[in-house]
Amino acid sequence: MKVLVAVKRVIDFNVKVRVKADHTGVETQNVKMSMNPFDEIAVEEAIRLKEAGAATEIVAVSMGPPQCQETIRTALAMGADRGIHVETTAELQPLAVAKLLRAIVAKENPGLVILGKQAIDDDCNQTGQMLAALLGWPQATFASKLKLADGKALVTREVDGGLETIEIKLPAVVTTDLRLNEPRYASLPNIMKAKKKPIDALTPEALGVDPAPRLKTLKVDEPPRRQGGRKVGSVAELVDKLMNEARVI
Amino acid sequence: MLLVVAEHDNAALKPATLNAVAAAAQIGGAIHLLVAGSNARPAAEQAAKIKGVAKVLIAESAALEHPVAEDLAALIVPLAKSYSHVLAPATTFGKNLMPRVAALLDVAQISDISGVISPDTFVRPIYAGNALATVQSADPIKIITVRGTAFSAVDAAGGNAPVETIPAPAPSGLARFAGAELARSERPELTSARIIVSGGRGMQSGDNFKLLESLADKLGAAVGASRAAVDAGFVPNDYQVGQTGKIVAPELYIAVGISGAIQHLAGMKDSKVIVAINKDEEAPIFQVADYGLVGDLFQIVPALDAELAKRKEGSR
Repeated sequence: MKVLVAVKRVIDFNVKVRVKADHTGVETQNVKMSMNPFDEIAVEEAIRLKEAGAATEIVAVSMGPPQCQETIRTALAMGADRGIHVETTAELQPLAVAKLLRAIVAKENPGLVILGKQAIDDDCNQTGQMLAALLGWPQATFASKLKLADGKALVTREVDGGLETIEIKLPAVVTTDLRLNEPRYASLPNIMKAKKKPIDALTPEALGVDPAPRLKTLKVDEPPRRQGGRKVGSVAELVDKLMNEARVI
Repeated sequence: MLLVVAEHDNAALKPATLNAVAAAAQIGGAIHLLVAGSNARPAAEQAAKIKGVAKVLIAESAALEHPVAEDLAALIVPLAKSYSHVLAPATTFGKNLMPRVAALLDVAQISDISGVISPDTFVRPIYAGNALATVQSADPIKIITVRGTAFSAVDAAGGNAPVETIPAPAPSGLARFAGAELARSERPELTSARIIVSGGRGMQSGDNFKLLESLADKLGAAVGASRAAVDAGFVPNDYQVGQTGKIVAPELYIAVGISGAIQHLAGMKDSKVIVAINKDEEAPIFQVADYGLVGDLFQIVPALDAELAKRKEGSR
């Protein structure tokens, strides 16, 4: 079974994001970029399926400017077999990404698509569900356990009330949550090997998808800043303040 | 007309539904509530009493007892065409369901809105809440998930809406509920608690969370945790507060042994009052705390617990 994983290039999770002075977005110049952490978990899960003999080939897909090839190389260094880069400088929103992925699924025929549940830049949490809808496939979001057997997947999902398990028919779309696995680091020899693995280049036009955004960003602002930093000297003082100043207990 | 997809467990509505109705009320127009379930009359009757709700639609079938997104989307998509907006809470329920609905309608989804500017323009946090985007939708139907903490719940009483039964679709057979391990607690739910006591890596073990539970019970509080504490296995995933866990904004948030990573702050920095207890005085949590107490939590928390017990005694 072929497994497709989608990987997004985002501002590294450790970077303190700054809103641009003209309020059109956030600063991305000279900022460290990395693979979306949830997508690393998706790549790792695909590799584990291959190591367990459940997957035969792992294809990593990324979309966006030329630098996305670095993100694909990271996936290849972790253990993916080949890459697909959909090159575009256009803004890609989740519905457009889902349509592009649907077109790639039609060419590649994977038995399973694994994506991160959410990208840590736009925090949308949409693409996997949208892809499943467009394909008419079942979805298992927020996965913390994945077991494949007899053309089905048993997926444990992290939900607000605890854990839920669903059984879905394959082919299917799975999105990852934090506790699914701990992604490996790519070793130096594997990073070198990854440079020789193939990356196919495609475009939205070649895939027959109009990626035009449906939502227009009118402006991006900084949130109101909290006035914190006050310290108290003792437990008794803390309780006094909470009772008599803040009046919350 | 607006449709709000109610989150419920058949017996009762989840409180986040009331916040989603509040967002719908800000957008304006007649609000209908959809209750899809099995033996869900009690939830539908609660829905009918919500102030500002004009009509409740109830769809029932055995398969909808624990509904999967595939079946709910099949129910909602044909209904959605009669509405300008379809909203659901930005809980794991709404986040799982609504993008599927949006894609089937070939429209965008607007995730986790924290403000309504006009019927087509909304504010939503991005980058873990470090920026707020104002976005305008050109789609004919707006599919929206609502950040509960950003909209005060509407009154659960005062309404008297009619309840109309609609047919439930046949199950798709693509996905099936196979079981759940849901946390049971006498304490309030995290997302609607007035006070939250949260622990981080500094708690050192799951056992030590008993200290926080005792404190929480004195305060009538819920217990939460940082990702680090959940990853370490101290507490289950449903405790997690943060960018990709639960978003909370209680009146009082007490962070114990939590350093304050951006991803954690994203889930709690809209709390009215924040208390931080940490031995590292450089911990970033202190920058957002209204009251910081530097020291060993294993001394401070029992002392705080005793102090609260003493004051409670004194007030009687």
